[in-house]
Amino acid sequence: MKENWWKILASVLVIYSLWAGMLGAVPELPILHETIRNLYFHVPMWFTMVILYLISVIYSIKYLSSGNENHDLLAVECVNTGVVFGFLGLVTGMIWGNYTWGSPWPNDPKMNSAAISTLMYLAYLVLRNSLEEEQKRARISAVYNIFAFPVMIVLLFILPRLTDSLHPGNGGNPGFSSYDLDSRMRMVFYPACFGWILIGVWITTIQYRLRKLQNKQLN
Amino acid sequence: MRKYFVTASMVLFTAISSLAQSTSGVDMADELRSSGKIYVVVAVITIILLALIGYLFSIDRKVKKLEKKN
Repeated sequence: MKENWWKILASVLVIYSLWAGMLGAVPELPILHETIRNLYFHVPMWFTMVILYLISVIYSIKYLSSGNENHDLLAVECVNTGVVFGFLGLVTGMIWGNYTWGSPWPNDPKMNSAAISTLMYLAYLVLRNSLEEEQKRARISAVYNIFAFPVMIVLLFILPRLTDSLHPGNGGNPGFSSYDLDSRMRMVFYPACFGWILIGVWITTIQYRLRKLQNKQLN
Repeated sequence: MRKYFVTASMVLFTAISSLAQSTSGVDMADELRSSGKIYVVVAVITIILLALIGYLFSIDRKVKKLEKKN
């Protein structure tokens, strides 16, 4: 119970973001209308993915310096969960885009970048499965992960800003901060992000513990 | 644990539902809101989320049991 407080916090924050997100007041804007509420659900998926990839790359670096196979295991499980959140982000974005931008895939630079970075991390998982020897697999995939992370950051947060993008905050478009001048949305958005990140970490730890048990049984 | 969760949920729910919707030229889902049926949708999603979170807790507990056995 005491060590589980953050899991309860995660649950409360996510449920809160659902209630406040569906019922709370939002700015009334053309085109977006009620879909502005998707900000509370679509964007946290991406934030969770980025944080999980960040944890993954930290543990990849740790693995390279320590050689501890548990570090490698945590790095993989972070990517496994991160990819799921990435797909959720892509699909929810496609639904939202269909009704606000007029097409599920309007070839927005940020969308294409997101797709590429998801493929990059899928390649990481494929790479791991293609290597038989455990230490070699851990080392090579850790190095790959260290290269993949900055590329993902550039693809998602830098390149779309340099060109025209439909996403807010990119290519001369106003950021979402201009949508919530009275900061009503911040009160929901930040707790939602934090809650979903905790949920992502939670799922990852369960996966990690299960995998560790499996490895123990195999040995 | 469950008691804390229920009370926290109740407090949150009353706090949020007291926030009122404003009206302007932009077409919002005011009708859905005025008929009060939006709460049906919120209730449904809440149940789904709660069930999934509860499931996650139960998986967590099962893993812990296995860990203790080993």
